[in-house]
Amino acid sequence: MTRMWLAILLRDFALLMTGGGRRGGALLPVLFFISVAILLPFAIGPDAKMLQRTGGGIVWVAALLAAILPLDRLVEPDLEHGFFDQWALRGLAEEWIMAARIIAHWLTFAPLLMLAVLPASALFNLSAQQLGLVELGLLAGTPGLAALGVMIAAITAGLRGGAALSGLMLLPLAVPLLIFGAGALQQQGAGGIALAGAVSLVLVAVAPFAAGAAIRAARE
Amino acid sequence: MEPAAAFPVSNISATGIACRRGDRLLFAGLSLRVESGGALHLTGPNGTGKSSLMRILAGLLRPYAGEVERNGAMALLDERPALDAHLPLGKALGFWARCDGVAPARLEEVAGACAVDELLDVPVRYLSTGQRKRAALARTIAAGAPIWLLDEPLNGLDTSSVAMVEDLAMRHCEQGGICIVASHQPIALPGAARLDVADYTA
Repeated sequence: MTRMWLAILLRDFALLMTGGGRRGGALLPVLFFISVAILLPFAIGPDAKMLQRTGGGIVWVAALLAAILPLDRLVEPDLEHGFFDQWALRGLAEEWIMAARIIAHWLTFAPLLMLAVLPASALFNLSAQQLGLVELGLLAGTPGLAALGVMIAAITAGLRGGAALSGLMLLPLAVPLLIFGAGALQQQGAGGIALAGAVSLVLVAVAPFAAGAAIRAARE
Repeated sequence: MEPAAAFPVSNISATGIACRRGDRLLFAGLSLRVESGGALHLTGPNGTGKSSLMRILAGLLRPYAGEVERNGAMALLDERPALDAHLPLGKALGFWARCDGVAPARLEEVAGACAVDELLDVPVRYLSTGQRKRAALARTIAAGAPIWLLDEPLNGLDTSSVAMVEDLAMRHCEQGGICIVASHQPIALPGAARLDVADYTA
């Protein structure tokens, strides 16, 4: 069972990293994120103070949007091609499969995103302390985002127009993460980050079960 | 000659199965039992519920009524190959081999038996319908499960491939395996019981 789970985790990672021959892999959301960060100073104007004040929040919004991009290939293709049925026949619970997918999804978007925050913070003229808070907040918040993404991808898999729907469903559910994660910047404190981490933990704990149940429901 | 019984004793039985899809009751009161070495051919026109029955036997679909009891691992072949389309066939099959703990040598042997050993370097998306079917068959066989559930295994196959599938199924039964085939096409399975799902249409 562990052997199969590890094989699935490795496959998920490779698939999400490269995009599996379809639309772009892990690089696409990061490029999207960086282009938002580059566009913003053009839109707001060269007011360094303004950029500094809004920068942290914009980084969070851009991160949320970037996390939506791979949603349509998180669960849907495997459901369509019968992978989940084959795993079910081998006696592996859907919850384990979804847990592997959350880990793989997080690994393929969060570390790269946190790296991309470095050039973005230069564009926004963020101080070292602000940068530290943004990175810490992302570290606490992105596992929750990954869990949310997989959960919603599983719920909308098999629905027509599921891709567009999943983005719409994810954003409101991600609001607590955004409030606590980005809010930590305003208060210059770690309290918000701790709360973002707590929301993340709850989501990571709930998501495999919700997503697993969604996969089973899709079979009926 | 193959060993007489390569598989542990296994069996699968269903009693009083009814299947409902949407508002329609497809069939009711269907019972079957297959023991080690046995084969069963499910027939019936399109839409009678052969595939639904297969999915019920596989435990993927809850029957509306009745119970399925199985003793032994199962391998399912249906219209979806469950192979990564962008990967070369060898790698796509290799994933399932890792899942099932199958040695590479055994995988090559099975690929040869299914006549896909020449295609291992070809990305799955470039395979033809028949080649894809044979590849999925290789995945099914390599799993090493005693109970085979083959849903329309002959779709898209040429005559020589049909003979190959019949031969593989026969040898599987000789080794003590179980083979349940749903097919609207004739398939030569020596000693196979026949069950017409249309007889149970509700």
